Amino acid sequence: MKIVITGGRGLLGSTVVRQLLSRGHECVVVQRTPSAIPGAHEVLQDLTDPECSYSWLAGADAVIHLAAKVGIVGTQEQFSAANVVATSRLLAAVREQGIPRFVFASSPSVAHVGSSLMGVGATVAKPDQVRGWYSKTKAIAELEVLAADSAELSTVALRPHLVWGPGDTQLIGRIVQRAQAGRLFLIGGGFSLIDTTYITNAAEAFVVAAESTRAASGIALMVSNGEPRTVRELLDRICLAAGVAPPTRSISFRAALAAGHAVEKAWVSRETEPPLTSFLVEQLGTAHWFDISQTRKLLNWKPSVSLEQGFAELERSFATRP
Amino acid sequence: MAHSPTTIPFEDLPGVDPAWSRFIHVEDADGIRRSFHFLDSMASGTEAARLTIVCVHGNPTWSYLWRNLLALAPSDIRVIALDQLGMGYSERLEHPRILAQRIDDLTRFVGALNIDTPIVSIAHDWGGPISLGWVENEIRCDPNRIEGVILLNTAVHQPEAFKGPGIIRLARARALLSPVTEKTNIFVRGTTALSFKRIPKGVQKAFAAPYSLSSRRASVQDFVADIPFEPDHPSRSSLDAVAQGIELLLNTPVLLCWGPKDPVFSDLYLRDLIERLPHAQVHRYEGASHLVSEDAPDLFPDVLSWVADLGREQKLNNVNLNDSQLVDLSAQMRVSASKFPGKAALVVQGKSSDSITVTWSTLNVRTAEFSAGLAAAGVKSGDRIALLIPPGPELIALIYAAWNIGACIVLADSGLGLRGMIRALKGAHPDHIIGIPKSLPIMRALQIPGIRLTTSKLSTIRGGAVPYKDTAHSGDSLGAVVFTSGSTGPAKGVRYTRSKIHETVKVLTRQYNLTENDVIVAAFAPWVVFGPALGIASVLPEMDSSVPSSLTYDHLVQAVNRARGTLLWASPAALTNVVRTASKSDMHNVDVSSLRLVLSAGAPVPRSLLLQVAELFPTASIRTPYGMTEALPLTDISLDEIMSSESDHGVPVGMPVSGVEIGIAPLSDPTEFSSQPDVVGEIVVRALHMRSGYDHLHFTTKSADLFPEWHRTGDVGHLDSDGSLWVEGRISHLVRTSIGVVTPVPVEQRVEIIDGVSQAACVGVGPDGAQVVVVVVVCEKNWSELELHDAVRNVAGVPVAAVLVTKSLPMDIRHNAKLNREKISQWASKKLSGAQ
Repeated sequence: MKIVITGGRGLLGSTVVRQLLSRGHECVVVQRTPSAIPGAHEVLQDLTDPECSYSWLAGADAVIHLAAKVGIVGTQEQFSAANVVATSRLLAAVREQGIPRFVFASSPSVAHVGSSLMGVGATVAKPDQVRGWYSKTKAIAELEVLAADSAELSTVALRPHLVWGPGDTQLIGRIVQRAQAGRLFLIGGGFSLIDTTYITNAAEAFVVAAESTRAASGIALMVSNGEPRTVRELLDRICLAAGVAPPTRSISFRAALAAGHAVEKAWVSRETEPPLTSFLVEQLGTAHWFDISQTRKLLNWKPSVSLEQGFAELERSFATRP
Repeated sequence: MAHSPTTIPFEDLPGVDPAWSRFIHVEDADGIRRSFHFLDSMASGTEAARLTIVCVHGNPTWSYLWRNLLALAPSDIRVIALDQLGMGYSERLEHPRILAQRIDDLTRFVGALNIDTPIVSIAHDWGGPISLGWVENEIRCDPNRIEGVILLNTAVHQPEAFKGPGIIRLARARALLSPVTEKTNIFVRGTTALSFKRIPKGVQKAFAAPYSLSSRRASVQDFVADIPFEPDHPSRSSLDAVAQGIELLLNTPVLLCWGPKDPVFSDLYLRDLIERLPHAQVHRYEGASHLVSEDAPDLFPDVLSWVADLGREQKLNNVNLNDSQLVDLSAQMRVSASKFPGKAALVVQGKSSDSITVTWSTLNVRTAEFSAGLAAAGVKSGDRIALLIPPGPELIALIYAAWNIGACIVLADSGLGLRGMIRALKGAHPDHIIGIPKSLPIMRALQIPGIRLTTSKLSTIRGGAVPYKDTAHSGDSLGAVVFTSGSTGPAKGVRYTRSKIHETVKVLTRQYNLTENDVIVAAFAPWVVFGPALGIASVLPEMDSSVPSSLTYDHLVQAVNRARGTLLWASPAALTNVVRTASKSDMHNVDVSSLRLVLSAGAPVPRSLLLQVAELFPTASIRTPYGMTEALPLTDISLDEIMSSESDHGVPVGMPVSGVEIGIAPLSDPTEFSSQPDVVGEIVVRALHMRSGYDHLHFTTKSADLFPEWHRTGDVGHLDSDGSLWVEGRISHLVRTSIGVVTPVPVEQRVEIIDGVSQAACVGVGPDGAQVVVVVVVCEKNWSELELHDAVRNVAGVPVAAVLVTKSLPMDIRHNAKLNREKISQWASKKLSGAQ
């Protein structure tokens, strides 16, 4: 199959592309800066550019749309342009060119507000209720993508939760950095139960979703390892793998939330992501785990790498690091 | 004239399909055409119904009361719910309407609908007498027209001793009547506010919607005024006629559904209806109030299942009544009294080692005296006597005396606590009550029509003019209603007929080779009751019978030694304390070699405890029966068998005792059961000594009787290839994950093998079907958290999301031996939800 991947540079994107290539697919990778993945056709393109041409879509069997603006730094316009407008235009081009499958990378945060998510499935995105421009704009885009599902075009949204693995700078990198600096705290004792997704499993879900055109259409699906763990245990295992001291101190959820809000306020003008956000506090300070049985069933997918194996891989990657 | 049609504000009536709403004009007895509003689940008229349910509301509700019945009804059942004249959206009236007129209105309304199917009536509140008046008319015309009658919190008669519901009498007080019912809508609003569970605002508003203006409330007042409390009330004769006509229903299936928290129609009215309709099936929705169908969401589904079963179930009920044998539960006591008059029947060990001995002769005489005394005091065959008396000679003599005269005893475990006992006894409708002075608050809280007596005045019921002769009674008559504590939720009254009690005695005799030479040391209170029926002597060791763990080693060996006890029956909590206190005792030289058998019952018993008990009583074999209040014993296992069995597949409880059949209803498909080995599922049992049902809980009994004649135990387990039973937990404690069901006990057993883990609980967190397993441990060793997680996951055999450490695990109150997994699960769920 010929498959187009937008946002191929990140950890998830590059893993998806490598998996597709190893399974014999032809890959066109679209992003602003080179991904340098051997074997993939590279297209340098800013998807928010209004002049954007979509000639690279020609002849594709599926599109995996991973490109997005993440985090909390930026204006509503920036998030909207990257996540809503760019998706909408890409979707129109996909329809125009008669490509049969569109796989959209979404997030559990598009549907879930507030605290303590325990064993919930993929409910409808709620752009009016979720907080932060990232979640709002992704929610709007997801609704549009799923509404576009038709006899000619099959669309699906995957919502992976907290993707991590060797080489991950977002989650693992920050945790290790903070632990090394002695600035890693537990929130409320770290007892909240959290789902995470090992990178291989997340990538495989996208690969399977792209390969099986009509396996799941017009719906959103949760993706995780299906092995929720307490934040305590996750942080301990990550620190153990990285060879740094695990966190010993804990602050209350309220204090952490207040700190998160304060940091966000103070951070508005900067261009890098703040060290602590209220979003992150909520993500780590309250239960966030999901029911992935729909995903297992409809995509005939299951997490192939267990958390235990994942942590062993992580440890190996830290051990072999120069 | 109130002919102006009102628009019905459907947008403010949650749960009502506007398509149901219809009007019909019917001529009343005075020749006036009246406009009735009604809801009709088949308003389009295209469907074919095989049965029609006619719903009659009371005051001040309207057809809105039945909306969920209309919504839930299957396609072949038509549901019609009228608004009575002056009520809901039916025509308003110029004059008050009396009961006879309302019965006539209803009869004409149903006649005008030309219903060509059989009919089931359902009515609530003062709709009850109106619907019954019409139903009686129908039966007089055609005995087959009415297929069933359902009544919800209603009355047909004002019991003489009571002057009517206090709240209604208050509303009737001349000065208050109009302000409460007509000028304001206090009465209308108050009805929905009376409800035990808070009724949603929108629903409350919907109930009040037709009564927004005082001109539309006239009938609310008239209805209250038409309640015939006084003998000379114009509607009194109509009500009496309805009450008398109720005998026409004796061949019609009747269902009585009740909200016992109703301050208007209390249990007294239910009791009155049961007396008039002894064949009625009864379900009390514990916790529900006057608007029982609002408070108990199960009610309409239950009603529809009852309607679906009409015809079938009645036949089953009738079978039993014919070939009933006579059972005399005190026969064995009289045999013992004539064979060994001077031998001890009962020994009560008191404080400071003095004891009371009651001989067979004395016990027999006392029982006969009480029989005559109770009969003289008005206790009749079939009456219920609640006995709030701790185990001892009085209790035993009164139990057998009650049985002698054909009465049913009601026993409530003091472990229920004061409130629990009151709630239980209220539901059991005892006719008489005898209790120790300490139970006076309970006795006062109940409305008892018959004897109310404390044990200090027992002499007043000793003897009567006529000594009682006919001690044998129908085996199908109720002998006992027993409430025990332990599991969650309000205690259920377990019914035993005389033959079930007799069968239990037979099973115990057979299973443990009991002979007249045996002496039972009864540290497990309920079983003292059986001594005389078994024909063996009982010894009560010194202990607080409501606190099993109050039994000490010293008191136990004293009792065994004094009476040469051969059997000991004790709960694990009692045995735990016996073992604990044995180490400090200086009575190890006391001879306890008479003991041949120790039975530990009531809860799973740790192996280590049984081994320690075996050391204390070397001559005795140690056995553990498995069973429950509904049937005991079901299986039985020896210590040796326990010790040689594997310890990570559940708790082995042994082979079924003779006469007991065991089946397993697989968790994957619980509609069938089998005795295939290694299938995990709910344990179902059948035995002659099994309970006959739950008291006033028709639908609970039905659910426990999913397979006719078989009892669902609520326990989960499997049979092994030898036919021996293993228990793996309660069905309510199963962890339902997205990849299958996990039974807690085997996981706990495997985790408890880990060094330093003294106790473990396996619970589920999250929604059903997507739960994850959490293991909570009491850990004596200082494991690092990650090592403990690894150790638990290595042995658990199932995916474990988290291991939590705690200082102690909550146990059930009664036995202190069963893990309170509900509570542990709630705790774990809260802990793991974070945000603290």
